[in-house]
This record gives sequence, structure tokens and C-alpha cells, in this order.
Amino acid sequence: MNRPLMHHRYSSDMALLNTRAKKVAMLALLAVAALLALLLTDDYLQLLATGAATAIGIIGLNLATGYAGQVSLGHAFFLAIGAYTAAAISGDPHGRTIGLGITSILVWLPAAGLVAAAVGALVAPLAVRLRGLYLAIVTLGLVFVGGYVFGEWRELTGGSGIGRPAAVPELFGVRLDRSTALFTRDQQLYWLMLTLLVLFALAARNVARSRVGRAFNAIRDRDIAAGIMGINLARYKTIAFALSSFYAGCAGGLLFCITGYLTPDNFNLALSVVAIAMVLVGGAGTISGAVLGAFFFTLLSPLTKALPSLVPAVTDDATRTPNIFQLETVAYGALIVVFLVFEPRGLYGLWVRLRSYWKAWPFSY
Amino acid sequence: MSLVDFDDVHLSFAGVNAIAGVSFTVAPGELFAIIGPNGAGKTSIFNVLSGAYRPQRGRVTFGGLDITGRPPHRIAAAGLARTFQNVELFGNLTLLDNLMLGRHTHLRYGTLAAVAWLGRARREEVAARASVEEIVDFLDLAPYRRIPVGLLPYGVQKRIELGRALAMQPKLLLLDEPVAGMNLEETADMARYILDIREELGLAIILVEHDMGLVMDLADRVMVLNFGVPITTGPPAHVQGHPEVVRAYLGEAAAV
Repeated sequence: MNRPLMHHRYSSDMALLNTRAKKVAMLALLAVAALLALLLTDDYLQLLATGAATAIGIIGLNLATGYAGQVSLGHAFFLAIGAYTAAAISGDPHGRTIGLGITSILVWLPAAGLVAAAVGALVAPLAVRLRGLYLAIVTLGLVFVGGYVFGEWRELTGGSGIGRPAAVPELFGVRLDRSTALFTRDQQLYWLMLTLLVLFALAARNVARSRVGRAFNAIRDRDIAAGIMGINLARYKTIAFALSSFYAGCAGGLLFCITGYLTPDNFNLALSVVAIAMVLVGGAGTISGAVLGAFFFTLLSPLTKALPSLVPAVTDDATRTPNIFQLETVAYGALIVVFLVFEPRGLYGLWVRLRSYWKAWPFSY
Repeated sequence: MSLVDFDDVHLSFAGVNAIAGVSFTVAPGELFAIIGPNGAGKTSIFNVLSGAYRPQRGRVTFGGLDITGRPPHRIAAAGLARTFQNVELFGNLTLLDNLMLGRHTHLRYGTLAAVAWLGRARREEVAARASVEEIVDFLDLAPYRRIPVGLLPYGVQKRIELGRALAMQPKLLLLDEPVAGMNLEETADMARYILDIREELGLAIILVEHDMGLVMDLADRVMVLNFGVPITTGPPAHVQGHPEVVRAYLGEAAAV
């Protein structure tokens, strides 16, 4: 008899996609995502590429905050480190700002992650000594330190309000940020970001189900009991910060490839706060939640941009009120409140509810 | 040679003596019980043993290793596991994850291996799962594998905590009130598990418990503690008749 849910080995029970339904759904999702590049217009693809790059950073934040319970408001700082490392490595050696001229993404992407991870590991001792609110405030300090350093270090960043060109995505000699004979620039960037997102998400999922991920959860839920189970708290908090910063660094490097330009003003406190919002609204402590949260917030902006044509009272002129930028901020805030009150597990929680409803249907009691 | 040597340990908090000069030894395979009224310092002894508290004076040796003031994770790796008076499970995690956490010190692969989840990481995880399944069998926990343990009844949670400690494959097991708040039937079940653990695994156990029936039935030796000071140590029969013990528990007749 065919019993698809019957496992004969622990390894098949422990696999990520351990049922046929999961395998089919994941394949279908990836196929649709890849084919979208042929169906959508370039501005939508650009938006989705931004969403995918953002998602990588949010997965990282979720590893530290959602899994290991180390609330970090310093994510913007680590994004900045990655973005500037990538930009400096791939930048024009004869330009106004620092550049080494190594444009291969295979070089600058890992470098961006590693530099950010190293800085994250340096910050980690703070997390070993502090927790909760205190840690949040200390990591908040990083954003201000970073704002000052990046604002003043003009050779690297071009200075506040001026900026510099971002990292150049070149893979095997092909400049992905320039349209080729076959595909447009945005199609290529979308596929690049999508592929990287899948890789980073898979890696994070593997970490989450390993001894490392379990140690993160144990530290989050009961740190004293975790120590008594043999978990070295200092070590795993350091790993959480380094790993989270690695993801942030890579995301920082990638994000600004899409627009091609960055200034120190990009990395302010609001960015850190939106990152936390994405984690909470998506679903803290889940990888798919982080991805959902990142896309949800990224895709909100075309909605608000469409508002002026629908509601005449709203303008897209930043000097008048109410404008779309104000509304966007209000919408972010309102979403955080609504989700925390009504569905603390976020979008992922909604999905779980929906799934269990249909699992039990029509006996939904 | 004794497995545990607790030698003249003093522990105080801002001048209040929690333990004032306690010494005892536990032999391999022995079931050593510690009893005493509330606040006598029983749990403090556990906290010193497992590294949560650092004593001001004295020496604790475990398996020939001086563990005085060592961090908890080192002591755990040396082979000491414990349960808690108030259940300290990871409530959001499933039963399997809680037990797998018990295997933490036995898993050796690093973070990079975890990222790829190939070869060594996968092999070790599957092996850990197999040994966790033995504990699931042993403690009759099969119906709860994938349920977040915070949702399970108290008696089951107590059993899971015992399972998590067993998953660590310790040399010494500290049980802090394993049957507190349990009904008669659950207490009998727990007693049977403790007997089975001794018989099948030969573990040394230190038991803190208020259920005197259980203590007197199971223990090889009993230490009675009052206000951080040991009154007497000996086999259950010796302890039960000791006049100081009766006085500590029941008080004495008021002088008229």
C-alpha cells in the first residue's frame, strides 16, 4: 500500500521537505518565481529583486533576534558595512572614492559578509553581558556611531548627501547590471537575487535545524537552563551575531547593486526599525516568515505610490501633507501594532492557521 | 573512589547563609537523597554542583575533576545532568527538539558543517535522533513527539525533563523534586522510572524530594539538612529515627 507519510528512516523524517506535498509546492513556487522574470515589467522585477535582497538581510536579523532572542537595533550598521565593503572592493580604482576594481561578485559578496561578520563578532561580547532592552539600546548606539563614521569618511562613502557608486555585480565576466543581448538588466538582477535568496535561505534553514539553531532557541527561551544543558552561552551568542551580521553584510552589498548608488544617509535608525518590523510582521523565529516579511514591506511601496491617483487628497510631493512618504511610515507603524496584537506569529502564523484549517476541513473543530 | 566529593562548601547571599559547611560524598551508582524543610539549602547544593552558583568556600570534585566555580556548560560536558524543581523545559520547542538539546554536548560538528547539513552534520544528527528515540520509548513519550512541550500536562513535562537529562548520557543525575505536585499514580510511575534508570543505566543519582515515602523507599543513603547545616547522614532507617531530624521537621514541645 502506498503511504506517503510513512517514514522508514530517521534521515527521511528529518529532511527539510519530508512530504511529497512540500516537495511539489516548493518546486512549483521556485518555478513560478523564476518564470516571473519573463512575465513582469522591469520596474516590478526591480521591486522583487529588492525584496529578495532585503529578505537575505532579514533572515540574518531573524537568526539573531527571532531564533537566538538577541534583539538588535544595529542591523542598519551591519548592512552599511557590507554595502561599503562591496562597493570599495568592486569600485573604480580611478574614481573619486576608494575602489580596488575587483568586480566579480564571487569576491566581493563573501568579503562583504565576512567583514560584517567580523565586526558582529566584535560586538558580540556586549550581548554576552547584556540582554533584552539593554542589548537593544546598546546596538542602537552602533547605528549612531556608524552614521558618524560613514558620514565623515568621505574617501570611502563620498560623504553624506553625495554618496558613491555601489558594488558592481559581475559574474563570470558578464556585467549583470547592464542589459545583454538576451535579457534586460532587471531580469538578470532579479534572477541573481532570487538564486542567492534560495541559497541563503536554505543555509539558514539548515543552521536552524542543527545543534546551533537549537542552542539559539534554548538561549532565547531559558538561558540558565541552556547553560546547564551544556550550551556555551558566550560562544553561541557570538555565533548568532556573527552569522546575522554575515547575512546583513551580504544583503547590504547586494541591495545597492539594484539602484547602483548609495549614501551614508541610507543607513539610519529607520532602516533598523523597519528591519525589526519585517521580522515581527513576517514571523519571528521562522525563515519563511523573514522572507514573507521582507517581500510584504517591499511590495507595500508601489501600493502607497499608487495612492495619489486613487485618493486625490494624497500627494507624492514630500513638502505637502498628507504625502505618500508620511503615509508609508504610518502604515509601517500601524502594521506592527496590528500584527503584535492580533497575530504575534506574523504572516507565518496566518499561514499556519490557514493550513491547519484546510488540513481539518470539513471537520474544522 | 567517590564520584562526587562535596567538601566543606559555604554559600551565602549578602550575609544570609544558604549552605554553611556541607560535606558529603556520592559513590558511583549510588542513590543519595537530600531532605530537609523548605529553605534548608537543598536546591542551593544542586546549583553549586551544576555551576549556577559559585560557593565562597569549599571544594567540589566530580569524577576526579575540580569543578568548583566552573561554568555550567563545562560541568554538563563533564557528565552532570539535572532536572529542576519548577520545570525548565523549552516550552516553544517540540518534545524531540527538547531531547535533541540534551544531546548537545555529544554532537561535535561545527557551524559551517551545520550550514551545509551534509556528511558529518547529517550523520551525527541522525544518530542523535536514534538515541533520542530510545528515551522516547523508555519514558513512554511517543504520543508527544512533535508537540510544543509548553502545551503538555505538568506530569508529562516532568517526565520530559527527566528524558532531556537522560539524553545527556550523564554520569550523575540530579533530580530536584521529581514528583512535586504529582498524584499517587504519577508518583508511582516516576518511582518506577527512577528504579529502571538505576537498573539499566547504573547512574548515580542525587535526589531532592519532600515525598518521604519515595525517599525512604529508593535512597541508599539520606542526608538531612536544616538551615544550610547537615544534621545527619545515613541509611533511611537511621535517619527516620534520629531525634534531631524529628525536631527539625516537627519542632519541639513548647516549654511550659
